[in-house]
Amino acid sequence: MFKRKDLLGLKDLTAAEIELLLDTAVPMKEIITRPIKKVPTLRGRTVVNLFYENSTRTRGSFELAAKYLSADSINISSSSSSVAKGESLYDTARTLQALRADVIILRHPMAGAPHLLAGAVPAAVINAGDGAHEHPSQALLDLFTVREHRGEISGLRVVIVGDILHSRVARSDIWGFTKLGAEVRVCGPPTLIPPGLEQAGIKVFHRMEEALVDADVIIMLRIQKERQQQGLFPSLREYARMYGLNRERLALARKDVLVMHPGPMNRGVEITADIAGGPRAVIEEQVTNGVAVRMALLYLLAGGGAGHENDH
Amino acid sequence: MKMIIKGGRVLDPASGRDEVTDLYICDGLISDKFEADAGTAIVDASGQLVMPGLIDMHVHLREPGYEYKETIATGTAAAVRGGFTGVACMPNTNPVADNRYVVEFIRKRAAEAGQAGVYPVGAITRGSRGKEMAELADMRDAGAVAFSDDGHPVMEAGTMRLAMQYCKMLGAVIISHCEDKTLAAGGVMHEGYYSTILGLKGIPASAEEIMVSREIILAAETGCPVHIAHISTAGSVALVREAKKRGIPVTAEATPHHFTLTDRAVAGYNTAAKVNPPLRGEADVQAVREGLADNTIDAIATDHAPHAFDEKNVEFDLAPFGMVGLETAVGLVWTELVHTGILTPLQAAAKLSLNPARILGLKRGTLAMGTAADITIIDPGLEETVDPEKFTSKGKNTPFAGRRLKGLPVMTIVAGEIKYRR
Amino acid sequence: METLKEKARILDSDGIRRALTRIAHEIIERNKGTDNLVLIGIRRRGVPLARRLAEKIKEIEGSLVPVGVLDITLYRDDLSTLAHQPVVRQTEVNFPVKGKKVVLVDDVLYTGRTIRAALDAIMDLGRPYNIQLAALIDRGHRELPIRADYVGKNVPTSRRELVEVRLEETDGKDEVVIQEKT
Repeated sequence: MFKRKDLLGLKDLTAAEIELLLDTAVPMKEIITRPIKKVPTLRGRTVVNLFYENSTRTRGSFELAAKYLSADSINISSSSSSVAKGESLYDTARTLQALRADVIILRHPMAGAPHLLAGAVPAAVINAGDGAHEHPSQALLDLFTVREHRGEISGLRVVIVGDILHSRVARSDIWGFTKLGAEVRVCGPPTLIPPGLEQAGIKVFHRMEEALVDADVIIMLRIQKERQQQGLFPSLREYARMYGLNRERLALARKDVLVMHPGPMNRGVEITADIAGGPRAVIEEQVTNGVAVRMALLYLLAGGGAGHENDH
Repeated sequence: MKMIIKGGRVLDPASGRDEVTDLYICDGLISDKFEADAGTAIVDASGQLVMPGLIDMHVHLREPGYEYKETIATGTAAAVRGGFTGVACMPNTNPVADNRYVVEFIRKRAAEAGQAGVYPVGAITRGSRGKEMAELADMRDAGAVAFSDDGHPVMEAGTMRLAMQYCKMLGAVIISHCEDKTLAAGGVMHEGYYSTILGLKGIPASAEEIMVSREIILAAETGCPVHIAHISTAGSVALVREAKKRGIPVTAEATPHHFTLTDRAVAGYNTAAKVNPPLRGEADVQAVREGLADNTIDAIATDHAPHAFDEKNVEFDLAPFGMVGLETAVGLVWTELVHTGILTPLQAAAKLSLNPARILGLKRGTLAMGTAADITIIDPGLEETVDPEKFTSKGKNTPFAGRRLKGLPVMTIVAGEIKYRR
Repeated sequence: METLKEKARILDSDGIRRALTRIAHEIIERNKGTDNLVLIGIRRRGVPLARRLAEKIKEIEGSLVPVGVLDITLYRDDLSTLAHQPVVRQTEVNFPVKGKKVVLVDDVLYTGRTIRAALDAIMDLGRPYNIQLAALIDRGHRELPIRADYVGKNVPTSRRELVEVRLEETDGKDEVVIQEKT
C-alpha cells in the first residue's frame, strides 16, 4: 500500500509503489473518458498549486486532476525572482498550513525545495518539478503511456536524448524506468551529461547512431536556447544536426518504437515536425495520461485519513 | 596565581615530549617545579592528555557586522568550550577587516571578552574585492597575523603575485582559499554522483586544484609563504606534497568535516552540510587523511562559520555556505584520527597547536618554560553525543548533530586562567 | 487482535443456485421481459453474481442482457476514516445507462452505504430509467433508507457477526457462512 506522506521523487519509491500508482491511474483514465468527468472522492479536501515557475501543462494537469476528484483547488503563482526576496518558502508553507491545505503541489526552480516544504508542513507535498532534481509525475505519465502500449516496462530499451544535465524529467525517468526493469540509455554532448550516471546503471552515449539501435522508447528532451549562451554547445544548428531526431535516426529503433517528449517541443531542433506529428509519436497521449496519473497521486496521497492502524 | 596540573600525559610537540608528569604554572607562564602552598590550585589530570593550548587558525567570528550570527564574545566562549585557547579570525566582516581600525577593534573586543586569544587575519585587497592591495603593513603593525581574502579568493594571478611580493617583506603568510570562480560558478556542492542525483550544481575538484597550483607556483617564485586553507581534494593534497618536497614555502590545513564526511551528507538537501569547499568524495576524504598522517597537511582548522537558523532553513541553493566547528573539532580529531590510529596523540596536538602557531608566527603552541600558560586538557576516553542546542556558539549549523564522539576537551586554560572546565 | 470464528453455513452451492434462479425469474417478471434491462455488478463479488444472473436470464428468456462492472471506491463515504486507501479498480460499463432499467447486483446488503455509493456512481454515468437492487443476502442493520428489490435470503445477524459470501469465480467454491468476531 502507499504509505507515504509526500511524493518528492521516484528515486526513493519501490517498484511496487510505482506499480500501485500506475495501476491506480487506470481507473482514473476511465473517469476522464466519461461525459461527466467527476467523482466525489476528495470532496472537502483542499489542494494548493504553489508554482514558482511558469508551467501551463503541469499546472493545468494537476488542477484538472483535483477538480475531477472534487477537491477544492487554488493556485498561487510567484515569479521565480520573488523566491530570493519576498516571503521565505518556509513561511509560505506555514501560512498554507494555517489555511488547512491538505495537499500542496510545488513547482520550484531550485532542487530540494519540496523536501524543505515537506519537512515544514503536515500536508502532503507533491513535487511538480524542482530545479534539475526530479519531476516524478512526468515520469509516471511516461511510464503509464509506455505500459499502455507495451504492457510491461521490464526488458525495454529506453533512450533519453538531450540536456540530461539540467533535466529533472530525465532523472525521474531514469529512476522510474530502471526500477521497473528497463534498460536506460542517455545520449547528448558530454557538456550536457552529468557525472556519475554509470553508478546508477545508465549507459551514456554521445552519438545518436549508437544510442538509438533497437530502442523501444525514445524520450526527446527540450533544449533550452540559454544553454547555448552558457557555452554548453556551439549552436542550435549544430545541436540539431547531432542530436535531432529525424527519419534516418528513427529507422535505427524498433519498428514499434514510441517517441515521447515532455513538451513544449522545439520542432526542427530536437525533433522534426513529421516525427512529432507522426504515427510513432505519443506526445498528446502523454498529456491525457498526465491527468490520470495525477488523479492517482492525489487519491493515494490525500484519499485516506489519518495514519492510524486500520483493523478492518 | 599558581597551579599544578598533576599526573597527566603531557604532550609537547615542540620538544617531542610525551610522558606522564606534572606541569607547573606560575603568574600565567609555564614554570619550573615548585612546592605547592595554600594558594596553589591543583588540577588532577590523571588519565588525561595535557597539551599546549589549541589554536584554530581559521574561524569566522562575524563581528563587526553580523552579530546576529556570532560575536567575538560568543565565538571565543565557544572556542574555549571546544578546547581552543586561540583563534585566527577571517576578515569577511562588515566592514571588511582591510584596515588597521577594524583589526584594532577586533583585538579590543577580544580583550573585553577575555576568553580565547584572537588573532586577526587581514584582507589582502581592499574590501576583499580582489583589486587594489589593502594596507597590509599598517594592519601587520596593528596585529594582523596573516592575510587572506578567504571566501572571496583573489582571482587575478597578477594581483596575488604582487600581494605575495609585498607580504614577503612583511614576513606574513598568505592564507589562500583556493577556488577558481569560473569553474565553481553557481556550484553548491561537490561535483559527482550525488550532485547529479540531487540535481544540484557541482563544484569540480579542479576549481580548487588549479588555484592550489597557482599559489604554489607564485610561492616558489616570490618566496612568500602561502598556506592552503581547508584543503579538500586528493589532487590538492598531491600538489602540496610535491611542492613541499621541492622546498617551496607552502603549508596546508584540513577541517574536521573534510576528513570525516563525504558529499553523501548532502543527500536530503541538508543545508547544514553545505560548505565551501564542499564535502568531497570518498577518495578525497581518504587522501586528506593520508595527507594528515604524512604531515603534508600541517594543521587542523575548523573554518567555524556560524549562521542563523533562518538563513539555513531555506532552499539548498539559497543557504549560505559554512558550518560551525569549534565545539566538535577535538571530538572529531580524536574519534576519526587518533582512536583510529591515523595520528598519534602527539601528532594531533602538533596539528592543533604548534603548527598553526608556527605558520602564523605566534609564540604559542609549546610548553617550554617561560611561555604563556595556554593549556588544553583532553580526556581521550570521554564520550558524548553532539547536541547543537548545547553549543555556546550562536550558530547551531552542524551536520554532526547526533554523532557520538570520543575524546573531548575537559579544561581550557588561557594565560594560566581556567576559562573552561567540564 | 480480533480473530474470526466460523459459526454457521447458511447457504451451500445448491442454495445459491436456487436463490439466483428465483431472482432471475423475479427480475424478468417485474420488468415484463428483458427490454432495456442491464445488470451492473458491484466489485468484487457482485460481478460474478451479475454474470450468473445474466446467464440464467438467457436460459429463461433466450435474450442477452448486458453486464457491467462497477467499482465504487471513489464514491465511498468512509475514505477519510481509513488509514490506508483501498485500491481503486476500473469501472467497466461499456454501454450507455441512459434510459435503461438497471439492476444493481451485490453479494451482501448491510448498512446500505455501498449501495448509496453505487447509486451515485451510476448517476454519474448517465440517467437510467430506474435502478433496482438485487442482493444474495440481506443481513439487516440498515443505516440509510435503502431496500432490496430482490433478495436471495434474509439472514438476521448481530453486528458482531460477519457474513461472507464465497463464490467459485473468486474463492474457489460456492457457499455463504456467518463468522463471529471473538
